[in-house]
Amino acid sequence: MDTFLGIDYNIWWFLVFGGVISGYAILDGFDLGAGALHLFLKKEQSRRIALNAIGPVWDGNEVWLVIGGGALFAGFPVAYAAIFSAFYVPFMIFLVGIIWRAVAIEFRSKEPMGWWRKTWDIVYSFASIVIALSLGLMLGNVAYGIPLNAEKEFDGNWLSFFNPFSILVAITTLALFMMHGAIYLTMKTENRLFAKLHILANNFIIFFVLSFVITTLYTLLYIPHLSDFFRENPLGFIIPLLMVLTIANIPRQIKKGKYRYAFISSSVTIALLLIMVALEVFPFLLYSTSDPQNSITIANAASSPKTMKILLIIALIGTPLVAIYTSFVFYTFKGKVKLDEMSY
Amino acid sequence: MDVEILARVQFAFTIAFHYIYPPLSIGLGLLLVIYEGMYLKTGDKKYEQIARFWIKIFALIFGLGVATGIIMEFEFGTNWATYSKYVGDIFGSALAAEGIFAFALESGFLGILIFGWNRVGPKVHFFSCIMVFLGSMFSAVWIVVANSWQQTPAGYHIVGEGLNARAEITDFWAMVFNPSSVERLIHVWIGCFLAGAFLVLSVNAWYILKKRHLDIAKRSFRIALVVATVSGLLQLLAGHKSADGVARNQPAKLAALEGHFDSSARADMYLIGKVNNKTQEVSGISIPGGLSFLLHGNFTEPVKGLNAFPEDERPKQVNAIFQFYHIMVACGMIMIGMTLLACFYWWRKNLFDKRWLLRAFVWAVLLPQIANQAGWFAAEMGRQPWVVYGLLKTSDALSKSVTANQVLFSLILFLGVYFILFLLFLYLLNRKIQHGPVDYGTKEHIDEGSKRDNPIMDHES
Repeated sequence: MDTFLGIDYNIWWFLVFGGVISGYAILDGFDLGAGALHLFLKKEQSRRIALNAIGPVWDGNEVWLVIGGGALFAGFPVAYAAIFSAFYVPFMIFLVGIIWRAVAIEFRSKEPMGWWRKTWDIVYSFASIVIALSLGLMLGNVAYGIPLNAEKEFDGNWLSFFNPFSILVAITTLALFMMHGAIYLTMKTENRLFAKLHILANNFIIFFVLSFVITTLYTLLYIPHLSDFFRENPLGFIIPLLMVLTIANIPRQIKKGKYRYAFISSSVTIALLLIMVALEVFPFLLYSTSDPQNSITIANAASSPKTMKILLIIALIGTPLVAIYTSFVFYTFKGKVKLDEMSY
Repeated sequence: MDVEILARVQFAFTIAFHYIYPPLSIGLGLLLVIYEGMYLKTGDKKYEQIARFWIKIFALIFGLGVATGIIMEFEFGTNWATYSKYVGDIFGSALAAEGIFAFALESGFLGILIFGWNRVGPKVHFFSCIMVFLGSMFSAVWIVVANSWQQTPAGYHIVGEGLNARAEITDFWAMVFNPSSVERLIHVWIGCFLAGAFLVLSVNAWYILKKRHLDIAKRSFRIALVVATVSGLLQLLAGHKSADGVARNQPAKLAALEGHFDSSARADMYLIGKVNNKTQEVSGISIPGGLSFLLHGNFTEPVKGLNAFPEDERPKQVNAIFQFYHIMVACGMIMIGMTLLACFYWWRKNLFDKRWLLRAFVWAVLLPQIANQAGWFAAEMGRQPWVVYGLLKTSDALSKSVTANQVLFSLILFLGVYFILFLLFLYLLNRKIQHGPVDYGTKEHIDEGSKRDNPIMDHES
């Protein structure tokens, strides 16, 4: 097996893919969350400020989804093929959500009429909610596993995606994004809107903690194969422990008025959550519930070593570049939102 | 209907709809760079006004391009799982490279381009404009590379057999610079420039006819005319290079483009015509031996015909391929004729008095769009029945676990959504054009601002 710094290429690419997905969840997470809570803001001006808070960056955030798709396609084509053909129906719903959300943001500001803007506000908010829920639903099913046949193709009924565990994960994802989005917006707003978001952020923290606890208990009680890892590797408990600490840190920072630290804390929470899922499923990319022999693993789904090498080079050159100009864009738009003639 | 037809229709429809927008983004991106560059060089506020106006339209087009493009990336996995497994090693790396090198660049700087006027200086704004344009150009590079590899595979070997067979990279650069990449990329790029330039020409021709924003309309018209003329003439060369490449690499496709069935000694070139797929006859106006001449430099050299290929290795819908190809060429010729004529009148200093020509330019916005779509269809249908030329048949590339009903469901979903989107797009584009460029820093702008955008005036709900 080819290795780089003593770690084989498949694991490297699993880490890169995990990193991209975490990046996506952290970045698009806050703008999806802002979208999901959009209708909680009642005034036209508040909604405009909330939109402009994500305006210059949401497009760049969504790029991480595209990179993630490309990374999975390139590194683990077998998994890419199986996952997207298996999750056909929820994924199509997700994609339609992506389309409507993008155009709702773009179209809303183009006409001044009240009904026009309210319509697009609703489309934008619902699409954000649908995206968050379907992402969570798919994550839940990936973690739980789906039936696969010997050709590693989905061999089940799409209605089975709507199982209690995955629905819980979906709700937790939505709650997490709403919390994350509310915290982001507190950094970008002032005065009364800021005060309102401060309250909303606290409410969404409670919503998230509740759904997270219920999902965790459900997993421990009913889904043994997901907790195996922690039973066999007690050291791994560091991750959930860290998670509890970062989650507890969020309301603490908000109380102190340090919203930026609260935002960093909720970003770390998202990353830890995904690391936990990754540890639970590793080395599987898609566990087969019908016959574990048919599971898709990072070994049997991987591209050739040559491609893995090329991909690592691409990632090593590309990631710093993306990091530099993403930081530059965020830096350009730092601080509270001010509306001007080019705003939404 | 069976899954294959539905999946092909869905792919064709979603890509055709997507392919309206990226060429406009790339072409407009080039013009934005020129307009902002002129502003930076001359300091003339009029150029800023032009740039700001087109950036708003650019944002609308870009938004639709992104939304419809994300669908494409995942459609390979949803509908064409076997294909994805077969080419993941190669196609996947091109897509990953597109995401990280091109799309990230474009989307990152787009925020500054649209919202950055009051946040960064003119030089940084100009820089962002160039980055967005370069990002869109790089996107085209990787997408065309991935598609060209399907047309003319190179730098790979096949491992495994039967259902487990797949292509693996042996030489990355040979894959990137496969025999058709470069010539197809240049052909596509120029097609994009024409799409952008003709949109600008159309809108400004309309302003001139309506006597609105005359000063800036004439300026932007002239600049777009230069871009369109140069692009049109270059496209003659690039298009010819492309056809040459097809003859070399995909002889069955070339035969279909020209409706050429028998490998006769003298291959005719049709200007216009109709192919009867059954009787294998072409009727129309042709230049005798023209195809032989174009490909080999003499009128009698034989060109390989469709019948020289096994029945199951040649495209079936020859008439459709023939028509798409000829429509593309015809649109190209009309564009070249129009731009040259306009340049002639410009030189004679009476361009803007030729109202009939301006009226023609208003409608000519459709020409590059039709040419791009037709060219794409000719290229893709001409590749059939192969999804990867000579290696993998389209009928073998499907997702095995996906049912016809699922594909039909998503097809109807996309048809409905895209139909509404397209109407909204046209409505908003029209409104933007009716509204016209705003003169920043004058009374009109302030009035306009307080009407439309001033938050204090926004009603509370």
